[in-house]
Amino acid sequence: MKADKETVLTGAHFIDGDHAACEGAIAAGCKFVAGYPITPSTEVVERIALRFPLVGGIFIQMEDEIASSIAIQGAVWAGKKAMTVTSGPGFSLMMEHIGYAAITETPCVFINVQRGGPSTGLPTLPAQADMMQARWGSHGDYEIIAIVPNSPQECFDLTIRAFNLSEEYRVPVLVMMDECVGHMTEKVVIPEARQIDIVERKFTKKPPGEYKMFETNGTMVPEMVKVGDGYRTHLTGLTHDEQGYPAMSPKVQQRMLRRLVDKILLNEEKIRHIEEDHVEGADVVVISYGITSRVVLPAVNKARKEGVKVGHIRLITVWPFPESYIRELAKKVSAFVVPELNLGQIVHEVERCAAGNAVMQLVPHAGGAVHAPEDIYDTIKGVIEHA
Amino acid sequence: MARTEIRIAGFGGQGVILSGYIFGKAASLFDDKFATLIQSFGPEARGSACSAQVIISDEPIDYPYIRKPDINVVISQEAFTKYGRDLKPGGILITEEHMVSVGNGALKDYDHYTVPATQIADQLGRRIVMNMVVVGCFTAVTGLLKKYAVRKAVEDSIPKGTEELNLKAFERGYKHGMKLKKEREARAIQ
Repeated sequence: MKADKETVLTGAHFIDGDHAACEGAIAAGCKFVAGYPITPSTEVVERIALRFPLVGGIFIQMEDEIASSIAIQGAVWAGKKAMTVTSGPGFSLMMEHIGYAAITETPCVFINVQRGGPSTGLPTLPAQADMMQARWGSHGDYEIIAIVPNSPQECFDLTIRAFNLSEEYRVPVLVMMDECVGHMTEKVVIPEARQIDIVERKFTKKPPGEYKMFETNGTMVPEMVKVGDGYRTHLTGLTHDEQGYPAMSPKVQQRMLRRLVDKILLNEEKIRHIEEDHVEGADVVVISYGITSRVVLPAVNKARKEGVKVGHIRLITVWPFPESYIRELAKKVSAFVVPELNLGQIVHEVERCAAGNAVMQLVPHAGGAVHAPEDIYDTIKGVIEHA
Repeated sequence: MARTEIRIAGFGGQGVILSGYIFGKAASLFDDKFATLIQSFGPEARGSACSAQVIISDEPIDYPYIRKPDINVVISQEAFTKYGRDLKPGGILITEEHMVSVGNGALKDYDHYTVPATQIADQLGRRIVMNMVVVGCFTAVTGLLKKYAVRKAVEDSIPKGTEELNLKAFERGYKHGMKLKKEREARAIQ
C-alpha cells in the first residue's frame, strides 16, 4: 500500500522534529490521536490538532496520560491507526497501557520526546534516560519495538516506520525522540504519497463463526477484526486463549507469552536498523543513538584524522536490541565507547552482549544538554591508550 | 563555506526566533545549504532575554548547538550584556543602534555594524517589522546567503497580507547594510 495523497504534505519544509513526527503519523495513515500535551512533545499534538480536521482524523485532548494511552487502543480496535504522544512524567503514567497493548497485541504508536528526569526533572531540556523504561516500564514479560530518530527528517521517516512495524507485528512501537531533536528545526523532505510504503492492517477474511481472535495459523501474528463488524470480540489484559477468553493456566501463559516475545525476538534481524561507519577494521567502536549520534561525529572524525582506527555504530532501532550483531562485533574490536544522555543504560546491553570480549567505556551525561564532543574524544583516546 | 554559527539575541516578542527561522529556511530550502535552528525555550521566549541559534553549512550538520558564534546579532541591551562579547575574534557583530548601547568596552576584535532598525520600522509605520530590517541588514553585511533566498524565506514565513510591509522593511535593512559595507570597504582601501 502507498500513502494517501490527499493527506501527505509533499514538499520541502523547514520544521522541527515534533512537527515532522506529526506529519509522519499523518502520512502513515494515523486517524486518531489522544494526548495530554506536555513539554517538549506539545508541538506534536498542537500540529495534530491543526492538521487532523483537514485529513479526516480525530484528536482528543484527554484528562491525562493514562486515559490517552488506552483511548488510542479503543480506536485501533474500531479499525483505525492511532498514537499517543508524551514526555517525562506522562510516559511513566502510560506504562500500564503499554503492557495492555502488548498482551492484547494492539498495534499502536507511542511517541516519547525525552526530557531530563526523574519526575518533573528538566521539562525543556534533553535526556535519553527513558531507554530502559521503554523496554521494561510495564510489569511482566513482553517485547516492544523502540526506534530513535536523530533529526527532524528522521522524526518523519521513522514515525512512518513505527506505524508500519506496529501493524506488521501487532505490537506497541515507541518513537524515542529527545528534546533536542524534537525542538530542532531543519529541512524535512516529504516525498510524494506514491513513494511512501504503508503497511495496512491484516484483517481476517474468515466469516464470523470461524474466526478466533488470537489464532495464528502457523504465523506468529494473528489477524485482526474491527469491533462492530459482527465478529465475537473479547479483549482482556488477563492471560487469554486463542478465543481471547481468560485462561489463567501455566500452559496458556507459556504459549501466549512465548509467542508475544518470539514474534519480536525471532524477527530481530528483520527489524534491525543500524548505521555503520568505518566499522570494518576498527579498534574502537563508538555506539550511540538519537541526538548523541550527531554529537559523536566531531570526536570520531578528529580521532580518525589522528590515525585512530575508530568506527561508529548508530542504533536506529534500539529495541529489540541487536544482540547477535554486537556479540559478533565484540570479537573483532578491542573496545566499545558508549556515550548516552543518561548515567548508563544501553551500555549495559552492549556490555552483556560483548560478554567480556571488548573493553567497555560509558561516556555518561546527566542530561539537560548534549555531550561536549571533547569528552567523547578524550574517552576514545583514553580507551586506545589502555586497550 | 564551512560551518557558520549564528546567534540572534533579544527579548521575547522582538521576532528573534522568526529571524533565525528565516535564515535557516533561506539556507536550507532556497540556497542549497544545510541549516539547523535551535531556539531558546520557555518563559524567556515570551518576554525576557531570548535567543535563536542557527548553524549554516555546505555539509550536513553534526553537532547541533553553536559553540562560539561567527555572527552575533543583538537587538536588546540585556542580550548585549549576556552575549555581546561571546563571539569569535574577527566575527561579525550586528547591534540595533538605539536599543543597544555598546558602551566603552573594546569591540575592536569584531566587525561591528549597527542598524537603526526600530527607527526605520517606525518610518514604515509599524515597529513590529523591526526584525525584518535586521534580517535585511544581516543579509547585506554577512553575504552569507543569497538575497533572493532570504527574501523568499521572508515571504514564506510571515502572515498572509503583510508581505508588502515586511519586504519593504527587509529592503530598507538590506540597503542600510550595503551602505555600511561599502563605507567599510572604502575605509579599508584608504
